[in-house]
Amino acid sequence: MDESELQQRIEALLAEHPPATTDRLDFLHARFDAGLAWVHFPEGLGGLGLSRSMQPVVDKALHKAGAPDNDPQRIGIGLGMAAPTILAFGTDEQKQRYLRPLWCGEEVWCQLFSEPGAGSDLAGLATRAVLDGDTWTVNGQKVWTSSAHIADRAIIVVRTDPDQPKHAGLSYFMLDMHDPGVEVRPLRQITGEAEFNEVFLTDARIPDSDRLGEVGEGWKVANATLSSERVAIGGHAFPREFGMVMNVAKTWRERPELRTPETHERLMRGWVDTEVARITATRLRQKLAAGVPGPEGSAMKLSFAKINQELSGLEVDLLGDEGLRYGDWTMRRPTFVDFFGQDAGFRYLRAKGNSIEGGTSEVLRNVVAERILGLPTEHRVDKDIPWKDLPR
Amino acid sequence: MTAPAEVNLLPDDVELDLRASVRKVLEKHAPVEKLNAMYDGTDDVTAPLWSAFVELGLPGLLVSEDLGGAGASAREAAAVLEELGRAAAPSPFLTSSVVATTVLATLGDTEILPALASGEQTAALLVGAPVGLPADVLLVPDGDALYAVRGATCTPVTSLDMTRPLAEADLDGAERTLLSADARAAVDAGLLAGAGLLAAEQVGVARWALETTIAYLKERRQFGRVVGGFQALKHRLADLYSEVEQADAAARYAAATLAAGDPDAPVAVHVAASYCSEVAVHATEEAVQLHGGIGMTWEHPAHLHLKRAKADALLLGTAESHRAALAVLVDLPAPAAG
Repeated sequence: MDESELQQRIEALLAEHPPATTDRLDFLHARFDAGLAWVHFPEGLGGLGLSRSMQPVVDKALHKAGAPDNDPQRIGIGLGMAAPTILAFGTDEQKQRYLRPLWCGEEVWCQLFSEPGAGSDLAGLATRAVLDGDTWTVNGQKVWTSSAHIADRAIIVVRTDPDQPKHAGLSYFMLDMHDPGVEVRPLRQITGEAEFNEVFLTDARIPDSDRLGEVGEGWKVANATLSSERVAIGGHAFPREFGMVMNVAKTWRERPELRTPETHERLMRGWVDTEVARITATRLRQKLAAGVPGPEGSAMKLSFAKINQELSGLEVDLLGDEGLRYGDWTMRRPTFVDFFGQDAGFRYLRAKGNSIEGGTSEVLRNVVAERILGLPTEHRVDKDIPWKDLPR
Repeated sequence: MTAPAEVNLLPDDVELDLRASVRKVLEKHAPVEKLNAMYDGTDDVTAPLWSAFVELGLPGLLVSEDLGGAGASAREAAAVLEELGRAAAPSPFLTSSVVATTVLATLGDTEILPALASGEQTAALLVGAPVGLPADVLLVPDGDALYAVRGATCTPVTSLDMTRPLAEADLDGAERTLLSADARAAVDAGLLAGAGLLAAEQVGVARWALETTIAYLKERRQFGRVVGGFQALKHRLADLYSEVEQADAAARYAAATLAAGDPDAPVAVHVAASYCSEVAVHATEEAVQLHGGIGMTWEHPAHLHLKRAKADALLLGTAESHRAALAVLVDLPAPAAG
């Protein structure tokens, strides 16, 4: 299908379901059924089997026509992580059942991977699932779960065979967050907010029909989820002076009285680092478009964490006495967190998480050193021992 | 503030071929022993290497075809400089074939450029002292005017980086010809191209340091194991890799905007110059440290690259001066004096 045929399809959708007079959810359903939800998905599942690069054509045209969107920020985990995994590993029935309400925002998804005892070492996780008939009973605790308090479904990795070495005994499921065995508690962070949650699972029930992939294949499926996340993150272009530098530069221009030689030096270093990261990200996209694998992804995350932390720290210093103030310590439970929003103190504190979430900078340096530079891997003493026999 | 340019940041086949040819002649003419000998007063590299460059048509890369050049762009010149940096080799390519050539081309010169393009003569822009050698013609600014000076007395100086021979120029009694009474823009263009493409040389220096250090740490054994397996070293190399990749992207963007004559070129150059010069120094300092004792020896080439990196960081503006120039271009003014 070429672009003009795609345009015709968009026009037909808009003609049959005029956004001005159509109920929001009805419009989203119609858009999904017309294959215009995510065009790179297969026909019948909200897509048309086209290249991902055609999606902006649809998004721009519908935005221009005043059509409602599916509030992608609210359902980011569903779109970025659950959906690609369901598409890759789901049965036809699972795809039919879950993808449409996921994309339309009728079911919000969250991700239950990390545990208090399994952070960087995710494959060591301890939440157990035991099969009884055709239903699994799940017990354990998950942590760092964004959106758990508004979620209807979760993707979850659990241990189904403790006699296997840690990577081999895992399985991957879709969990009903409304199950009586699921308890969600806010996890308050250093910012004062509870953007994340702890999720306690006590005899939570999952029908075997909600398993993704084979029993024991959970690690493989989880890795597919995590690499989808990286594709979603790496695919964005960003403009010059974007991100943490934006606010500092604005303050610098508007408040000449705050300027000092030392903060100027730090600002210019941060500006240069941000611009160099922008150029590197642009080159990475050009490589991907040319079919050349770019190994810089992990290195880019290291850079962004460092840049965000340095510039948000600079901003507090630049503000001087005003930097002593903080917007609001009230415990809130946001459904979406803007790293660059709120005030300088919030940004400073929130940026501390950038070198921890989604792979700590220490683990990423190992990844870069081992997979890109070919240096020897760390000793993995636990890799071939049955999980139940590991010291803990 | 100018807008970012939409430019291709990936190498094409022409660039890859050029790079391979240049690397080959550098391997032949600039081995470590001969580079070391330059510090002891024997230069057996510059002349034969320049002859090989002439055979490849490199001196005229940035000269138009009607003046006997190749009519190529800053992208190809950047590829040559990256290889020169990798080898830490001496060459008038930057001073003559990039800076002086850009100044003269911007002025519309047709007298001197053919000789520079053919490699028969070399030129250098005299900004501050000392000046890069060899140089048959000095381009000497005087206020807004620019003169061509021949027959100046050039006295070689002992420099921190002897692989870039420098001299004190005495202009007394030398023949002086006015090239232009209003050459400020041309001189600026030459310095901008020079700083932008020096960034490519710095990437070459840095990449050599990174690759050489990784290769060594994969072989060197202490405490019964390969030292590259120690996490303290792995993490330093991972950070260095990240810096070098980003420096590479920044230098490519600078070369691409210069090649396209894009209005964003000045921003791109100051970004690349400030970033790449610090990365080259950091990479070579890490190379010396992570090689351990061998990195401190005369015999090991790490010192050649360290000296090149440190001298490059002063050559066409310090990182700090490039950030100061950038601050003006992107409307982030320095605090008012006083």
